[in-house]
Amino acid sequence: MLIFSVFKTLTDQQVTVELKNDLSITGTLKSVDQFLNIRLDSIKVLDEARHPHMMAVKNCFIRGSVVRYVQLPAEHVDTQLLEDATRREAAAQQKR
Amino acid sequence: MDSLIPFTTSGSLVDCVDRKMLVVLRDGRKLQGVLRSYDQFANLVLEDTVERIYHQDVFAETWRGLFLIRGENVVLLGEIDLDQEDEIPLRQVDWSVLEPYHKQEVAAKKQRDELKAQVLYDRHGFCKEGGEGDGY
Repeated sequence: MLIFSVFKTLTDQQVTVELKNDLSITGTLKSVDQFLNIRLDSIKVLDEARHPHMMAVKNCFIRGSVVRYVQLPAEHVDTQLLEDATRREAAAQQKR
Repeated sequence: MDSLIPFTTSGSLVDCVDRKMLVVLRDGRKLQGVLRSYDQFANLVLEDTVERIYHQDVFAETWRGLFLIRGENVVLLGEIDLDQEDEIPLRQVDWSVLEPYHKQEVAAKKQRDELKAQVLYDRHGFCKEGGEGDGY
C-alpha cells in the first residue's frame, strides 16, 4: 500500500515506464490504482521505429502486471520519508 | 468485498468506452477496435476488431470481429488519436503479402529468446521455468 501512496503523490509528473516486452514509455502520470495499473498521458515511446504500432497513440493504460520498472523524478521522491514510513509500517505489522 | 472498491485507473477507462483503442496482448498481438466494456481486472470487450502486423515501414491488417479479452493477457490499452492516425508514415499492404515476413520475425524472436534462456540457465544459474520471459 505504501508504494501505491508514493505513486499517488507523483501524479502529473513525468515518468518512464519500462514494460516486460522491452517497450519504454515516457509520459505524464495521470493515475494509479492498487494493482499499480498506470494511466499515462501525452506519451513518447523510446525507439519508436521498433514499435511502429504506438505512433498514433497519445495516452494509454498499462496493466500493472506487465511493468518491469518505473523511472521516477528523483526530486519528487523523499527517500528518507519513505524509509521511515516503511519502518513504521513494519513495526505496526509486528504489533498485530 | 475488496474487488468492489473504486478503482481510480480502471475506473478512468470510462472515457475510453466507445472509442477506437489499440490493445497490445502478452503474445505480442496488436488489436484495434472499439472499446465497449471493461472491468477492474482490465477484462475488455472490443468490437469491430482488426489485427495489425508491422514490418519495417509497412503494415497490414485483417478483420477479427468481436473480442472478450481476459485481463491477464492485456499489456497496454492505448487511445488512438484519429488525426495522428492519418499521418503515420507507414504504408498499408495486403495481409497475405506481409504475413510470411511477420511469421518469420516471430519465429526469429522466439529462437532468440530460447537461446537467451538457455545461456542464462547454463552459465548463470537461472531456472528453466517461465518460458514467456520474466513470468510475463
